[in-house]
Amino acid sequence: MSTHANKGTLRIIVVAAVMVLLLAWAQGDLRFIGIGPWDAYFVRILNLAAINTILALSLNLVNGFTGQFSLGHAGFMAVGAYTTSLLVMTPQMKKVVFFMEPMFEPLDRICIPFLPALLVGGVVSCVFGILVGIPALRLKGDYLAIATLGFAEIIRLILQNVRRLTNGALGLKGIPQVVNLWWTFGAGVAVFLFIRGFVRSSFGRALIAIRDNETAAELMGIDVFKHKLLAFAISSFVTGIGGGLMASLLTTIDPAMFKFPLTFQILLTVVLGGMGSLSGSVIAAFIVTFMTEFLRVVDEPLQLGAYTIHVPGLRMVIFSALLVIVVVFYPRGLMGNKELTWESLSSPVSRLLRRRVAS
Amino acid sequence: MLELRDLRVSYGAIEAVKGLSLSVPKGKIVALVGANGAGKSTTLRAISGLIKAKSGKILFEGKDITNWPAQKVVRLGISMVPEGRRVFPDLTVYENLLLGAFTRTDKAAIARDLEAVYQLFPRLKERRGQLAGTLSGGEQQMLAVGRALMSDPVLLMMDEPSLGLAPVLVQEIFALIKRINESGKTILLIEQNARAALELCDYAYVLETGVVALEGPGKELLRDDRVRKVYLGEQ
Repeated sequence: MSTHANKGTLRIIVVAAVMVLLLAWAQGDLRFIGIGPWDAYFVRILNLAAINTILALSLNLVNGFTGQFSLGHAGFMAVGAYTTSLLVMTPQMKKVVFFMEPMFEPLDRICIPFLPALLVGGVVSCVFGILVGIPALRLKGDYLAIATLGFAEIIRLILQNVRRLTNGALGLKGIPQVVNLWWTFGAGVAVFLFIRGFVRSSFGRALIAIRDNETAAELMGIDVFKHKLLAFAISSFVTGIGGGLMASLLTTIDPAMFKFPLTFQILLTVVLGGMGSLSGSVIAAFIVTFMTEFLRVVDEPLQLGAYTIHVPGLRMVIFSALLVIVVVFYPRGLMGNKELTWESLSSPVSRLLRRRVAS
Repeated sequence: MLELRDLRVSYGAIEAVKGLSLSVPKGKIVALVGANGAGKSTTLRAISGLIKAKSGKILFEGKDITNWPAQKVVRLGISMVPEGRRVFPDLTVYENLLLGAFTRTDKAAIARDLEAVYQLFPRLKERRGQLAGTLSGGEQQMLAVGRALMSDPVLLMMDEPSLGLAPVLVQEIFALIKRINESGKTILLIEQNARAALELCDYAYVLETGVVALEGPGKELLRDDRVRKVYLGEQ
């Protein structure tokens, strides 16, 4: 038993060490031994993938584990992104950006470090989550989806119209680019461990019970509404953090970014990875992020023999086709509601080895 | 222990329970029998807090618990085995049983009750790591009963425990209900299988369209002409 536990700990240490080394290499922190950093474009995609992982994990908590169909993610991201950005932008930059109408006092003079700003962004998003959740979570299925979708649109319209707070449709620019791979992957790992701990607790079991059968869950003595609300609050906090990281990575944000397609992309990632599978969300977030970038090639003019094909938007066509294929062959997503474990990774390998030995 | 006074429950404009009064004494098995739509399930749902009563009173050990939310009713020691089993298919047998003890905090007592449930249903122990959705119908029914017992209830309510089970299993379930009752739990039972229910119970109420049509000790009702004709199909 203890050797088993030791083996597990050893594995975790090895994986963590490898990850830290790779990140240091990619980020350029190993320059002193003459290697790295990696290509800036590739590093940027890695950052995006880590942020998308965070967003997918948080949506999975509500849609996958609790079975509540929420479509308000873009709204919570926007709240986190704007809150964080407005807190970290320097007063000088704010003066430059808000040239149409000056910013509200005293917010135009406030400037705090990134980490507290990020956390405040998460908390503000969480408060919105609770305010929206209290009425919306009394609804079920389609109605909840419509209510949360409506909320996201309201947020976007507010951002677009309260110009002295958000600079309206012009958006914000000059947001300090604080985040790097350490931030995004650090936050990604923290969120993963946090949500995993949460769903494995008796609380998480209660969420799955609510998803499986709400009436039976009630009969077990589970306060269904309270559990849904807590899952929703945690999810909106984490989404707000994701939005803050995204804002700092991109350095410019505007209300149009936070339209429905953004929510749709996160939802798609969750469905692709498997509703109720955390490792599925991680895998899918990386696949989706890398694919959307690498498929850009097909949007360029293509030389096929004597013909030149140029179809702008072909990327999305191919992407959709691939999705259809995945959904046909894996209707419950790549992972279903299972998790990737050492056993599931090693068993095909060991089976192969055994077959070799046998023959 | 449990008393209903002139309970009325309606779904929109349709009144399903029209002034029902009954009492469940401590330590007994009480059965509600009647045809489809007589209001049996509605009565249990109102007691467990899944739907609201329009008027009337539900008293549990003298306390008025009318329209209490379900999670508070469970904490009082009233547990229900819902109709159609309703186990949590994506959780294991063990996790389903643990959820039955959701309202409790005493780990040692929970472990003791878990062992007792495993003893009552050895099959559940064999399959504790299996997902509940992969169990057979009979096993799911056992799990639903075991799960309800995990809250250590004083009153166990069962909605059609024999529905959809093979005849052999029906007998097994009824023997089990008897054993659970002998271990000190009061039982309120709904059954369409009137003969089995009347043979098992101490006292029974025959419901017809939301009101009590007949009541009496189970053995007496078995001899009643009307019951024999309408519910037992005898000529």
